[in-house]
Amino acid sequence: MSDRPSRRERYERARRRRSVVIATVSTIVVVAALVILIPLTPGWERVRQAFFDGDVFVDTFPGLLEAFWLDVQILLWSTPFILIVSLLVALARNTRSPALFPLRAFAVIYTDVLRGIPVILLVFLIGFGVPALGLSREWSNPLIWGSVTLVLSYSAYTAEIIRAGIDAVHESQRAGARSLGMTSSQTMRSIVLPQAFRKIVPPLMNTFVSLQKDVALVSLIGPVEILRQAGIDKATYANFTPYVAASLIFLALTIPCTRLADWALARQRARTGATTIA
Amino acid sequence: MTESTTTPGAAPKISMRGVRKSFGSTVVLDGIDLDVTEGDVITLIGASGSGKSTLLRCVNLLEPTDDGQIILDGVDIAEPGLDPDPIRRRIGMVFQSFNLFPHMSVIDNVAIGPRKVLKTDKSDARREGLAMLTRLGLAERADAYPDQLSGGQQQRVAIARSLAMNPEVMLLDEITSALDPELVGEVLDVVRGLKADGMTMLFATHEMAFAREISDRVCFLHQGRILEEGPPSQIFESPTEPRTQAFLQRVIDAGRL
Repeated sequence: MSDRPSRRERYERARRRRSVVIATVSTIVVVAALVILIPLTPGWERVRQAFFDGDVFVDTFPGLLEAFWLDVQILLWSTPFILIVSLLVALARNTRSPALFPLRAFAVIYTDVLRGIPVILLVFLIGFGVPALGLSREWSNPLIWGSVTLVLSYSAYTAEIIRAGIDAVHESQRAGARSLGMTSSQTMRSIVLPQAFRKIVPPLMNTFVSLQKDVALVSLIGPVEILRQAGIDKATYANFTPYVAASLIFLALTIPCTRLADWALARQRARTGATTIA
Repeated sequence: MTESTTTPGAAPKISMRGVRKSFGSTVVLDGIDLDVTEGDVITLIGASGSGKSTLLRCVNLLEPTDDGQIILDGVDIAEPGLDPDPIRRRIGMVFQSFNLFPHMSVIDNVAIGPRKVLKTDKSDARREGLAMLTRLGLAERADAYPDQLSGGQQQRVAIARSLAMNPEVMLLDEITSALDPELVGEVLDVVRGLKADGMTMLFATHEMAFAREISDRVCFLHQGRILEEGPPSQIFESPTEPRTQAFLQRVIDAGRL
């Protein structure tokens, strides 16, 4: 109980100091090399003008930000639907009753087919195909069918994540609940799903980050969201800077979410690790 | 120590006849006949893989039996196609690995059965759950989570969770096998209390000294059959079956009796 650091602590401290020094020096070297070397490339001046034009950036940024609001809206209304549809599909795959065979088969086909087609193709197929059925004007809105596409595609992925979470809850939990006389649906609702969702928070967060970017694909069938707005600006100014600006706006949303996902993963690891030892 | 208590005329609480169960080509239960009189404690002893756990899981319908009858109060509960849920709520089960719900506090673990199955009002279920925890000396841990408790405490919570359903029979499946030696006593004390209250119990165990103390009858299982059964004095002191003698000799050699 002395104030003097232990031998182990002194060793760890010295090691940490050394690591910090090495990391700092190597970062400085790499950044300096990039800053010095890239401008020396023969095409740099052209690239700088085409991609990093300050005036174009200032002119187009507010409009891009406004267009991005549409992406955020699509994201916000699609996400709850994705969670609901994917949960239903995952539960359908988990049914046992023979009467529900068609439901189970549908769930398998749903996940196989919708995960097997690139989202970009689905956007075209559904976005142009469904309105061509001759729907009334308000139902022909590409925003609706673009969002539906995202919901269908992402539900297929998310359903598999949820199913993996359900499978990861140990059989003994079910035995514990059933031995009390709980029905299988009570067991699923109160015992299995709450534990499954805790386990799948990290992969769900990753899927959410991926969805944030794929929202831009809806632009392919018409809506002027950020990607399309950037394309318009690019044509107007004959300059690629709006794409760089759009990328920065995406990063402002995705990086915090990625960090959050990592944090959730680390926290879960720490917790399950602790349980294993205890 | 009560001797064999099967009084003629009184129908047993549970009566098993020719119970069979296989997993694939492995025969686990090979024709079990066993009567359990109300208020009796029957222990099942035998080597790992002799079928003790499977027998308990069959009685609780967690495993479907292949053949034979399990009659509970005159009703064959092993009949294929029977809804198991109303039967399970009358039979409590405690598992070797506790199987507590880790996402719920201790009191919620105890209260969830009555709330979901018996539709007990939330505050009533909590009050009764607390009373049950108090009885098992766990009242001050009511708001803790299972992984904050010692193994012995977790197993007592599991017993409380099962008792909260007011079961007519308790099935105890090697409930001390996952515990550190110094924690075994507190769980066995609970079982002693249950016996004093007249609970009918089927108890699979490796705790031979305890089996000898608590049992009304002991059954020695070997390869899915009951080879020998009788009062503990007979089974432990003068077993007639050579395989029972060999099993007990191994237990004695291992310093466990």
